[in-house]
Amino acid sequence: MSYLMIFIAAIFVNNIVLSQFLGICPFLGVSKKISTALGMGCAVMFVMTLSGLVTHLIYFNLLQPNGLSFMTTVIFILVIASLVQMVEIILHKTSPMLYQALGIFLPLITTNCAVLGIAILAVQKNMGLMETVCYNLANAMGFTLAIVLFSSIRERLAVSPIPKALQGAPIALITAGLLSMAFMGFSGISH
Amino acid sequence: MKTTSLTRLILVMLVVACGSAALLGFVYEITKAPIQKANDEKELAAISGVILEEFNNNPFKERTLIPGKHKGQLTLYPARKDGKIKAVAIKTSSDKAFGGKIELIVGFFLDGTISGYQIISSKETPGLGSKVSDAKFSEQFIGIRPKKKTFKVKQDGGEIDAVTAATISSRAVIDAIQKAYDAYHKFSTRM
Amino acid sequence: MKQTSYKNLTRGIISENPTLVMLLGMCPTLGVTTTALNGLGMGLATLFVLILSNTAVSLVKNFIPATIRIPCYITIIASFVTIVELLMTAYFPSIHAALGIYIPLIVVNCIILGRAEAFAAHNNVFQSLLDALGMGIGFTFALVALGLIREILGAGAAFGYQFIGEDGYPILMFIMPPGAFLALAGLIILFNKLRRE
Repeated sequence: MSYLMIFIAAIFVNNIVLSQFLGICPFLGVSKKISTALGMGCAVMFVMTLSGLVTHLIYFNLLQPNGLSFMTTVIFILVIASLVQMVEIILHKTSPMLYQALGIFLPLITTNCAVLGIAILAVQKNMGLMETVCYNLANAMGFTLAIVLFSSIRERLAVSPIPKALQGAPIALITAGLLSMAFMGFSGISH
Repeated sequence: MKTTSLTRLILVMLVVACGSAALLGFVYEITKAPIQKANDEKELAAISGVILEEFNNNPFKERTLIPGKHKGQLTLYPARKDGKIKAVAIKTSSDKAFGGKIELIVGFFLDGTISGYQIISSKETPGLGSKVSDAKFSEQFIGIRPKKKTFKVKQDGGEIDAVTAATISSRAVIDAIQKAYDAYHKFSTRM
Repeated sequence: MKQTSYKNLTRGIISENPTLVMLLGMCPTLGVTTTALNGLGMGLATLFVLILSNTAVSLVKNFIPATIRIPCYITIIASFVTIVELLMTAYFPSIHAALGIYIPLIVVNCIILGRAEAFAAHNNVFQSLLDALGMGIGFTFALVALGLIREILGAGAAFGYQFIGEDGYPILMFIMPPGAFLALAGLIILFNKLRRE
């Protein structure tokens, strides 16, 4: 698979949020404002690319050769959790600017199932190192695109009159549904 | 809360990790055999389903690898009656399906005519792409030999009726069968 | 005492239903509910993990220092998830195949860590067990309901039983991704209305 195709497929065709349903919690939770959505998106891109690299190395150098693939879930989630902690500490010490922008989103990422899900999918698909990194970055970009689009719609919804029964979660879900429908239009590209 | 010493932290974490590893190793050991058996039975059932000739060996035990037309290897299961080869089944796959990879076992008479296929694993949408395993679609393949010009869905100018609203899944099945046929053709002409 | 137990059990099913009221665990809710049976399988797998993890966390809560409680809980939960995954591959291979990637993702289902942190870490084993049971049933109920709605509208079937023939015209969109969002929105509206009455 060419690298360009990985990006197009992950961002538009099989968008991680709108068609694979990974990372829905932050998608619904931190999408009320464009600025926070963008912050979350950047934090996810950063962590996901890094975790893709680390989990790939661990899986193919440590777990698989020793017949321990059944431990994948346990090891990956621990690696991701410690990675997030480490990134948080390093950012805090070295780059206060970046820490202020991304800091509050980092703890939330541990329970973002997109990070674990994509890490597992990448090893299941038996991708090479370079492919894995691209695949992770591409999916994270897809996440960012979806959440930023979604938040810009929600910012408008916040000032619109909405029927009482639809207020809160239902209108957010309906919006996401329409967005997902729009993204289905891309499904012709890759085939 | 009183501060806890570093040794205590490490010790507790270590105990939890060891306990988890021991438990997992134990469950892995006791489920290893049933998992293998479940997989084997699934393939054996599929093989018996696609081979129409009578046979009295265990094709699954006599499986061999044959080279594909361009790259990779496919598994071939020979069906014999009293030691004489009567028909073959071949495990093949396509990456072009809607949900990624689709795996199937195709049965061939000795002259290369298809005797049927069964899907072993797929991630197609239930109720939509998954209908490629229904008789309405799969029976079209029985008794034909894949020819390059006509072995396509009608949308592509061939003579196979695609499953309604699941052209991509239908194409993937055809692609996988074509691969199996090409490999079998190459294998049988060399014999 | 009896009243608390009853409350802990029923809370998860209605007033604090994890899916329909708290909006937790959205990924499996939307991802696997293309059929009612898949919803049931996912619901039961989660229920099982929830009971085990709540019990285990409540048993070990006094030994674990506060600073490392989260990594410990995650390790415990991940182990149980892997056990469920191995057992399912061995004894229910077809359900396991249908649920795919969402099984290992039970680990990051916010409901489980959420209940461990918010309830099991402060309550005794029996109450934690009831809480897990209630939450698990509430989650399973929501998944089966959503799966049933999507299967009926999108495929003309219920629990695999086809009642609209091959030539019928089900609304395909409901088993495609957008339908998941729309059906869940509808279900939440309905549930909220019933709950208030």
